[in-house]
Amino acid sequence: MELTGADIFVRCLEDEGVEYIFGYPGGAALHIYDALYRQDKVKHILVRHEQGATHAADGYARATGKPGAVIVTSGPGATNAVTGIATAYMDSIPLVVFTGQVPTMLIGDDAFQEVDAVGITRPCVKHNFLVKDVKDLAMTIKKAFYIATTGRPGPVVVDIPKDVTADITEYDYPDAISMRSYAPVTKGHQAQVKKAAALITSAKRPMIYTGGGVILGNAAESLTEFVRTLGYPCTNTLMGLGGYPATDPLFVGMLGMHGTYEANMAMHECDVLIAVGARFDDRVTGDLNKFCPHARIVHIDIDPASIGKNVPVEIPIVGNVDGVIKDLLKAIRASKKKPDAEALAAWWEQIEEWRAMNCLTFDRASELIKPQYVIETLYKLTDGDAFVTSDVGQHQMWAAQFYKFDKPRRWINSGGLGTMGFGLPSAMGVQLAYPDALVACITGEASIQMCIQELSTCKQYGLPIKVINLNNRYMGMVRQWQEFFYDRRYSHSYMDALPDFIKLAESYGHVGMKIEKPGDVEGALKEAIATTDRLVFLDFITDQTENVYPMMPAGKGHHEMELGPCSQVVSTNRELA
Amino acid sequence: MRHIISILLENEAGALSRVAGLFSARGYNIESLTVAPTEDETLSRMTLVTSGSESIIEQITKQLNKLVDVVKLVDLTEGPHIEREMIMLKVQAVGDARDELKRLVDIFRGRIIDVTESSYTIELTGAGRKIDAFLQAMPRKDIIEVVRSGVSGIGRGDKGLRL
Ligand SMILES: Cc1ncc(C[n+]2csc(CCOP(=O)(O)OP(=O)(O)O)c2C)c(N)n1
Repeated sequence: MELTGADIFVRCLEDEGVEYIFGYPGGAALHIYDALYRQDKVKHILVRHEQGATHAADGYARATGKPGAVIVTSGPGATNAVTGIATAYMDSIPLVVFTGQVPTMLIGDDAFQEVDAVGITRPCVKHNFLVKDVKDLAMTIKKAFYIATTGRPGPVVVDIPKDVTADITEYDYPDAISMRSYAPVTKGHQAQVKKAAALITSAKRPMIYTGGGVILGNAAESLTEFVRTLGYPCTNTLMGLGGYPATDPLFVGMLGMHGTYEANMAMHECDVLIAVGARFDDRVTGDLNKFCPHARIVHIDIDPASIGKNVPVEIPIVGNVDGVIKDLLKAIRASKKKPDAEALAAWWEQIEEWRAMNCLTFDRASELIKPQYVIETLYKLTDGDAFVTSDVGQHQMWAAQFYKFDKPRRWINSGGLGTMGFGLPSAMGVQLAYPDALVACITGEASIQMCIQELSTCKQYGLPIKVINLNNRYMGMVRQWQEFFYDRRYSHSYMDALPDFIKLAESYGHVGMKIEKPGDVEGALKEAIATTDRLVFLDFITDQTENVYPMMPAGKGHHEMELGPCSQVVSTNRELA
Repeated sequence: MRHIISILLENEAGALSRVAGLFSARGYNIESLTVAPTEDETLSRMTLVTSGSESIIEQITKQLNKLVDVVKLVDLTEGPHIEREMIMLKVQAVGDARDELKRLVDIFRGRIIDVTESSYTIELTGAGRKIDAFLQAMPRKDIIEVVRSGVSGIGRGDKGLRL
């Protein structure tokens, strides 16, 4: 059947099984919008800013594992989407972003609303395409979804000139695809797996460090079996939370800059490090010269370029993490070698000693609302089962520390790019994917204002998100660094002239609540959770002076953490026997 | 260490800018870069000369391989290979200098491909180092124009970089 490019576009989405496309119309995308109007299979979600569209699709993708889809117009539509594309790129999230483009014959003429979308997005996409001929449209869309979702996932941009959406051709959507220039390795090298199994079972002070790759690769279940079989300690990165159940005794908490004392100390002292789907980010490793000085390292990752990039690795295994972990388990069982029980018991004794420092304490007697307390209470009231999105700052770290994620794809945050403004729109994507689930957006009064306009989208589609605004009247994380490293010169980090968030929420048709006393926190959260049909904006007026602890300052090692005023301070750089 | 990386690339708009963009975004060196279509018009052959420590070169090849447009890649410097670069050089040539220049060109097995009353245009092919040596030998003040093609290379033996 002959169809226009715009109709082909919609049919492709349908055939890809796209449930929602997040977007915003404009001149170059109008044929496509007309085609969207004339069908009811693919639901279009109209955001209020293109950044919101990309974050919403991103949240949808993180929560479901399915690719997110976005449509924006040319020029400013495309540039507004760039922050969201870069956010997805840094966290390896599968997105397909369609940008309208001026007609092919005008490209290069500085036409109205023309930007080189392919050029602008090139450094922050896995791949991108400009479709110059309607005959290539269906195949290009097929390739885009294939590339976005396979190997190490990532965003793909497809730029479609307006005339291509009007031209007509035969529609035929390919079932399968293979590309000679793109064939990601999926199965781990068996000889490497064997070597790794031998090293892993020979460890005396083992440590398992896992990242976002475990979540993206749907490997949480096999990881859990792997960790429990060995009885080794496991830590997650900020992106990897939920990859291993946080309430399990073998879990030692998050690692890195604001990781737990026990996780970071165990990193420093371990003799074998098993890194799974993690990329040795600088916020995780601290000073590379002081990183895991005693460890022999096994690194499992789908992306060969992630291996050996920052830290030399003894046994690299390239492959799908789920498959490799299963292979490793098989090899370990087949070898019949058991870890040294005595050494492991001594290691755990040491770890428990570190854990007993209780590095995540805070002042519970305070008359001011402690942000940690709000998150702890949210955790208790939701049985740890909510979807939690966050923005960027102190609140993000507290959410990561105090909400214990037992399941993957529940913790949704911008770890790589650290994009303020991510929280609310990503929560929209999650709530659309799981209409009956409790979705909480933990945010700060600075971050929330970066995409506050999406409150309107939430109203239009009836998304009952719970916005937990930890309002400390400061860009808290900036203020903390200024307190620590700039002699308390709080340069432009005070959030002056804040809106009345209650009235603001109400003006969008939502429920607003202001909470100023610790005693009201639980009641307010209960009430919000019970309000299942409305968005509730909870404005918690929190202690302005609270800092995130523990902290491994930039350029320090894992053993050089600073503990908070509530923890007993002991020397942290003693050597193990 | 200097490495010569040979790449088969999809002959698509934008493929070249992906490679160039990768090098600038990640702060890698490019000494030279040449690219042209092959006998198969859907493929281009690119030769890239770069330098860096072993770990940087490893990252460069891995990152290049990650580009969706890169079909195949080989680091020629890892095995026996032949390297060639062409230079066209325009120099002032008047009076006694004309003979002297002619001799120098012969020593380097170059050719004079254009002549005026006051200048020679010289063509010379060889490995990058030979070209460098030739340029060194030329009196600097006489050089009017230098055009280097950039290095291209091929592995020795009967095997080829192909699909
Ligand atoms: C778009 C963007 N701009 C700037 C920053 C730098 N930054 C990181 S945290 C932060 C402050 C966030 O303040 P708030 O949202 O109130 O959260 P808090 O730290 O107070 O919890 C800033 C400005 C960023 N991460 N993203």
